[in-house]
Amino acid sequence: MTKTFFTAGAFAIGVLAAWPHAQQPPAAPQQPTDVVTTITSDGGAAPRLAVPDFIALTKDAETVAIAKQIGQVLWDDLAFEKEFAFIPRDTYGSIPPATSFADVPFDRWRELNADGLIVGTVQKTGATIKVEMRLYIVRTRVSSFGREYTSANARLVAHTISDEIHKSQRALNGVARTKLTFDSDRDGERMGGTVESRGVKEIYTSDYDGENQRRITVGRTLNIAPRWSPDVRSIAYTSYRRGGAHIFISNIFAGTLDEVTQGSTSGENWLPAWSPDGTRIAFTSTRDGNPEIYITNRDGSNVRRLTIHPGIDITPTWSPSGTQIAFTSDRSGSPQIYIIGADGLGLVRKTSESYCDRPTWSPAPYNEIAYASRSGPGFDIRILDMAAGQTRTLTFGEGTNESPAFSPNGRHLVFTSTRAGKTHVFTIGRDGKNVRQITRAGNNYEPDWSR
Amino acid sequence: MMTAARRGFLMMALVSSMAVLACAKKAAPVARPMPPPAPTTTPTTAPRPPAPPEPVAAPTVVPPEPVREDAITSASLDDLNRNSPLKPVFFALDSDVLSAEAQKALDDAAALLKRYPSWAVTLEGHCDERGTAEYNLALGERRAVAARAYLVSVGIPADRLRTVSYGKEFPFDPGHDDAAWAKNRRAHFVVTAK
Repeated sequence: MTKTFFTAGAFAIGVLAAWPHAQQPPAAPQQPTDVVTTITSDGGAAPRLAVPDFIALTKDAETVAIAKQIGQVLWDDLAFEKEFAFIPRDTYGSIPPATSFADVPFDRWRELNADGLIVGTVQKTGATIKVEMRLYIVRTRVSSFGREYTSANARLVAHTISDEIHKSQRALNGVARTKLTFDSDRDGERMGGTVESRGVKEIYTSDYDGENQRRITVGRTLNIAPRWSPDVRSIAYTSYRRGGAHIFISNIFAGTLDEVTQGSTSGENWLPAWSPDGTRIAFTSTRDGNPEIYITNRDGSNVRRLTIHPGIDITPTWSPSGTQIAFTSDRSGSPQIYIIGADGLGLVRKTSESYCDRPTWSPAPYNEIAYASRSGPGFDIRILDMAAGQTRTLTFGEGTNESPAFSPNGRHLVFTSTRAGKTHVFTIGRDGKNVRQITRAGNNYEPDWSR
Repeated sequence: MMTAARRGFLMMALVSSMAVLACAKKAAPVARPMPPPAPTTTPTTAPRPPAPPEPVAAPTVVPPEPVREDAITSASLDDLNRNSPLKPVFFALDSDVLSAEAQKALDDAAALLKRYPSWAVTLEGHCDERGTAEYNLALGERRAVAARAYLVSVGIPADRLRTVSYGKEFPFDPGHDDAAWAKNRRAHFVVTAK
């Protein structure tokens, strides 16, 4: 008995000694393969967290519901990054819920072997809610992190808490407040002015977890391949609203529309990609006769041609530093991934598979390019580690899988898959685990993840 | 008309000769006979007003001839595209090469386009669903351009032929088998002006 207790205590001390002091940024967030190991191994560096429902300070049904929702959303957000181990929520039932910060039953939480406990209160004040949150070290009963939030948006409060806990406790940039964008035919509208019945595609956005799906464009035409600007205030995409394909930018908060390829009268323009600083856009154009990669300023000025080859050059993506561009070219006879300097020099071929497309360069610190690779009848998502020169496969023939894009911290990807019937948007960990379905209506394509 | 003009001319000649004779006697009557020269000029301008109607009449005369020949010219653009006399051109997987069949279809299209020189068409490039959405934009463009280049090579003016690629966005057949894919790998004609 004594022996058992002693072991458990030593374990807790070992963990907590490092954890409350965030000065030791753990190596784990840099190398998520290690994260997986630590969570499942006996070494036990991942602190065990409990996230009960938040405390409703007034007992009206609305406040109680909000308090419950924040606890659930926060749990999902924290679990998404796998930085902590979690005490399952269904085991909390035996513990009397606290009514304020003053009566948290720390002894009972210690019995459940919790290292950390997130306690929060919710108070409704008119149209907004006031949320107070504290992260307690269960053993010492000291609050190591605490914040107050006032907002009308309960989910946003939970997302913000998650990001701030990851930042302060694990030196990790969480993605709970990031957004996705994709195009979809879900509204079933038909294109005007054509004889064949053709469905339109419009641009949509959603939270990273698939909530708050909203339509951005009302073009009644093809609007495809959206890309978030680095400041997450605009979306660049390919639109057929002018007849042929051209590149437009929707400034979603200002409610305005810019055309990047306004002066372009001959040829088509596809697949914009923002430079990391948001000042330039790489895209594909046929203005000189066949598909080549070009770079332009955001306002459409200073168009510069990057590739010169009679083959197809398409689907550009920028390196995190903005000095290189990866793209797809079939100059070898089949579509493969190439890299070229943003100055047009230093062309290098990176893949030798049967058919590769839609390269997406990871953010730092990773130096990886994700792409869709033909495998049998469909495609699978593969990742090329540029430093090691090795590729790994994320999906294994569960439907056809296309159009990968990285989350801003590089630990997740968004992509499309037909594994659930129609084409839907999914997210997946960079280790190939934790697949989550984002869309459920219509067909959805070519997603991108905001900074 | 001519006789009237001649009569007027004779009258004028008579009057003027009389005026010359009268002139010897007194000047006042001269002012009255003078107006007739104006009528002599109006007869020469008179044939012109009928002239403008002639160009209007000419176009109405020319179109009826083809109408009697076939129903194509009388059809609206929508009807024309719904039952298009310009047949789509089909391609092999991942290819923009024009097969003998494709060239035959394009020859037929070229014959029609020569017969109706006012038509402008858009060539749409389409792909089946087996490529990626992104690369297929370029592949569809290549197919449309290949069909356009062939038509230009057999004498259709390039400025009557626009191209657009829809990649795999608008399959003709929504199926997921070889038969559907074969129908979807196509260059499709849309008549945009006639």
